[in-house]
Amino acid sequence: MTTEIAPREVTPPPLQAPTAKEKKYDRQLRLWAASGQRALEESHVLLVVGDANHGSNSSVAGVEALKNLILPSVGSFTIADSAQVTELDLGINFFLETDSLHKSRAEETKRLLSELNPDVTGHAITAPLAEWLPVEGTLTPYNLILVCAPVPTEILQRISFYALQNSIPTIYVQSVGFYASFSIQLPAEFPIVDTHPDPESTQDLRLLAPWPELEAAVDSLGDISSLPDHDHGHIPYILLLLYYLRQWKASHDGSPPSSFKEKTEFRDLVRSGARTDNPEGGEENFDEACAAVLKSIGPPPVGSGCKEMIAMPSCANLTAGSANFWIIANAIKTFYDTHGVLPLPGSLPDMKATSAEYIKLQGIYKAKARSDVAEVTATVRQIETSLSREAPIADSEIEAFCRNASHVRVLTNPSHEAFPSLRLAGGDAKTISRLASLLENDWEAMLPVFIALNAKVNPSQPLDVTSLSSDPETQENLTKAIAEVERLSGGELHNISSVIGGVVAQESIKLLTRQYVPVDGTCVFDGIRSKSDVFKI
Amino acid sequence: MSISIASLLTNGSATAGRERWGYLDKVLSTTSPYAGEEFVPGEETINALETSRVLVIGAGGLGCEILKDLALSGFKDIHVIDMDTIDVSNLNRQFLFRESDVGKSKAEVAAAFVERRVPGVKITPYNGKIQDKDEEYYMQFKLVICGLDSIEARRWINATLVDMVDMENPESLKPLIDGGTEGFKGQARVILPTLTSCIECQLSMHAPRAAVPLCTLATIPRQPQHCIEWAHIIAWEEQRKGETLDTDDPEHISWLYATALARAQEFNIPGVTYSMTQGVVKNIIPAIASTNAIIAAACCNEALKIATSCAPFLENYMMYTGDSNDSGLYTYTFAAEKKDDCPVCGNLAQDITVDPDMRLEEFLASLAERAEAQLKKPSIRTEARTLYVQAPKSLEEQTRPNLAKRLRDLVSDGEEVGISDTAFQISFKYRLFFQK
Repeated sequence: MTTEIAPREVTPPPLQAPTAKEKKYDRQLRLWAASGQRALEESHVLLVVGDANHGSNSSVAGVEALKNLILPSVGSFTIADSAQVTELDLGINFFLETDSLHKSRAEETKRLLSELNPDVTGHAITAPLAEWLPVEGTLTPYNLILVCAPVPTEILQRISFYALQNSIPTIYVQSVGFYASFSIQLPAEFPIVDTHPDPESTQDLRLLAPWPELEAAVDSLGDISSLPDHDHGHIPYILLLLYYLRQWKASHDGSPPSSFKEKTEFRDLVRSGARTDNPEGGEENFDEACAAVLKSIGPPPVGSGCKEMIAMPSCANLTAGSANFWIIANAIKTFYDTHGVLPLPGSLPDMKATSAEYIKLQGIYKAKARSDVAEVTATVRQIETSLSREAPIADSEIEAFCRNASHVRVLTNPSHEAFPSLRLAGGDAKTISRLASLLENDWEAMLPVFIALNAKVNPSQPLDVTSLSSDPETQENLTKAIAEVERLSGGELHNISSVIGGVVAQESIKLLTRQYVPVDGTCVFDGIRSKSDVFKI
Repeated sequence: MSISIASLLTNGSATAGRERWGYLDKVLSTTSPYAGEEFVPGEETINALETSRVLVIGAGGLGCEILKDLALSGFKDIHVIDMDTIDVSNLNRQFLFRESDVGKSKAEVAAAFVERRVPGVKITPYNGKIQDKDEEYYMQFKLVICGLDSIEARRWINATLVDMVDMENPESLKPLIDGGTEGFKGQARVILPTLTSCIECQLSMHAPRAAVPLCTLATIPRQPQHCIEWAHIIAWEEQRKGETLDTDDPEHISWLYATALARAQEFNIPGVTYSMTQGVVKNIIPAIASTNAIIAAACCNEALKIATSCAPFLENYMMYTGDSNDSGLYTYTFAAEKKDDCPVCGNLAQDITVDPDMRLEEFLASLAERAEAQLKKPSIRTEARTLYVQAPKSLEEQTRPNLAKRLRDLVSDGEEVGISDTAFQISFKYRLFFQK
């Protein structure tokens, strides 16, 4: 048998063999890459468990969220919880054991959570919240705060205020019985470059705004009708579309097809060029071209998030202290104002073509993308000089911004709004009227879950639920949801806290890595109907 | 062991020693505005939960979470099956395993851990394949929860549970709760075999990725993945003939990487990396702890509801998307439909339109990619005769000449055929209609 095997050289050791760490975190690095992992590992998350002593205080939801952050290797975590472990805790919290009984809940969960990942450092704070929170500088180590409800109003007020002042994202978590909810309090501005848009939505081929090198590639096709079958069947569809666009424009006063009807006509024109007298009875590249017409023939896209960004005051009013994001955003705006398009992302979908033709076309797109990046970089450097900024922004950061310029997002909290629960605790009239108006369009009847969880957020001043809606059906939904919460006296169900803890961990990862788009508002989960919804309250 | 004061205060009922389950017991012993009439709050329900024997299939990312969640939902008699051993790349989410466990059986390590942590729960591991077990084995469970990454295993257990249903015996109907995740997304579904939409009914919702045509790999590669697939499918076979490719062997992956890289350089294709090579040849799906936690807990929430009737259970599908660019996240909860022509739970043959000039061999190959079939080693027969079978060898040789024949010469327009696959015990019924 061995005689059959062709002689081969011993495989040299791979140049990019994964490190031990890359092996361990392989399945997540495929999502948020080394940059996201670094951000995660540089983070310190604080979990605050309220000492209002109502049931389990959503503590399991918080602990489960931590578990899902420790496993992917968040840098450090701290649990602030003054409670002692009770029998009831043992039935819902997996990170306690029988021997933990009557010991500090913060210390015990910290100890058992720490076993999950030796790369992570855990801390516990056992002093009552009212004691350690007011200490100067007490919150400075943390760049994300998770708060397990209920928490006394004045404590929550303090955390919320600190977080807004210092631009620290904070998540408020509630879990009782089958119901759970969380709200994210964002800083005034929360920009995201790497939003991970759906690859389908990111194509920017510039078919209606070709640049000279791309035009030259179409020129070099010559008259395609004289090409031999093989070459004709391997023209990349992008060049086919550009080729037929020239024909179309020549007979339409120089305008490209714009209406749906015109695009269908244009598609027929492209299709008429396909050869059908070959052995395959058609040409794949022409099929691809026809399929791309409706999607790809249009002005270069500018995402709504990018338009909003360009219009924001922070984009125009730069200072020496502006975040890197805004310096680059301003340079992108200059680019857009000058050219009427964003920098070219430069990626090309796969398409029927010979290897050489495809690589050539890919090179044309990449070269254009590089030259656009160079132009933006030059603007960035000018800004840096004029503002006398010392540390230059890394080239890689500018390049990443250019590549995703159309899809960047800036979430905002311009009026520094606190968590809805905190506003409700203070009886804020605006928040209550917003709840009432949201209830009118709450077709899935998910908002009653949130209202039920928050009806007694301020025990001395319970929410007047009857004033929220005059609709009998909504009233009934509210009554039932409140009864469901009441019967469980603040106790958590492990499954529900595990669901919401998982969701909170996903949101935490988005906030810490500055990748993906986090929930902007409040998320509600109803375990009775296995449904969730998101509201901006 | 010391007896706590609280236990002395209870009056010796079934709730003695249940202090730790106080929150759960509150859910199970008070009336809810949402529970149906069949819910009997109190001891009876708690007893039913404690005596329900449940089966967990898979002790990986979802399975570890499921075992924890079931144990903390009051289930006391849990069985778990997994044939895998622990790998270092599991440790970023399979939280019952430590570095020192690498190489050990997932089912055994997971079961022992949860038993230690939650006193009173019994978890029986089986380190092997689900196909090793027969109907009698599956008949002992109240319900089955799957946390699998393989479509094939899901289809096997689904078909088995559907097949087990005996209308005369309500106990023979085993609810199947199935979870699945990919990156930030996942789904949880509840299946009542023969009564509601089954895994097979929903198969086309999980269509396989279209394969790159062989000629692209062989002659006109354009993407780094094309070079890797070439090394994987073509070069290995040519240059290391007779050796079985083991995608867990670092030397094999290194060889594929080096070979793919050389080919990419030949064609000036950028982007081949070791990590991409691994991803392509092992078909790696990104996986994170948080998504597994969400989906596993959603599944176990349904298990608790089904076992106790304390709230209505999911009918029948919840899709979770954690990476939405619009709202951050969303769920979509809906009732997937039961199909009359489902090859497993329907009684009608499924209609397929075919090109009558297609050769049998091409038709059989196409079944692997058809979203509603996904059969890799199919055998085919009509009512009258066998057209092709994969095994035994003698029969395979006898039927092999049919592979080159055109469909129009083997079946008539609209004729029903039975297709079986060695991966499943059941036969799929299709009716072949000729393309006009």
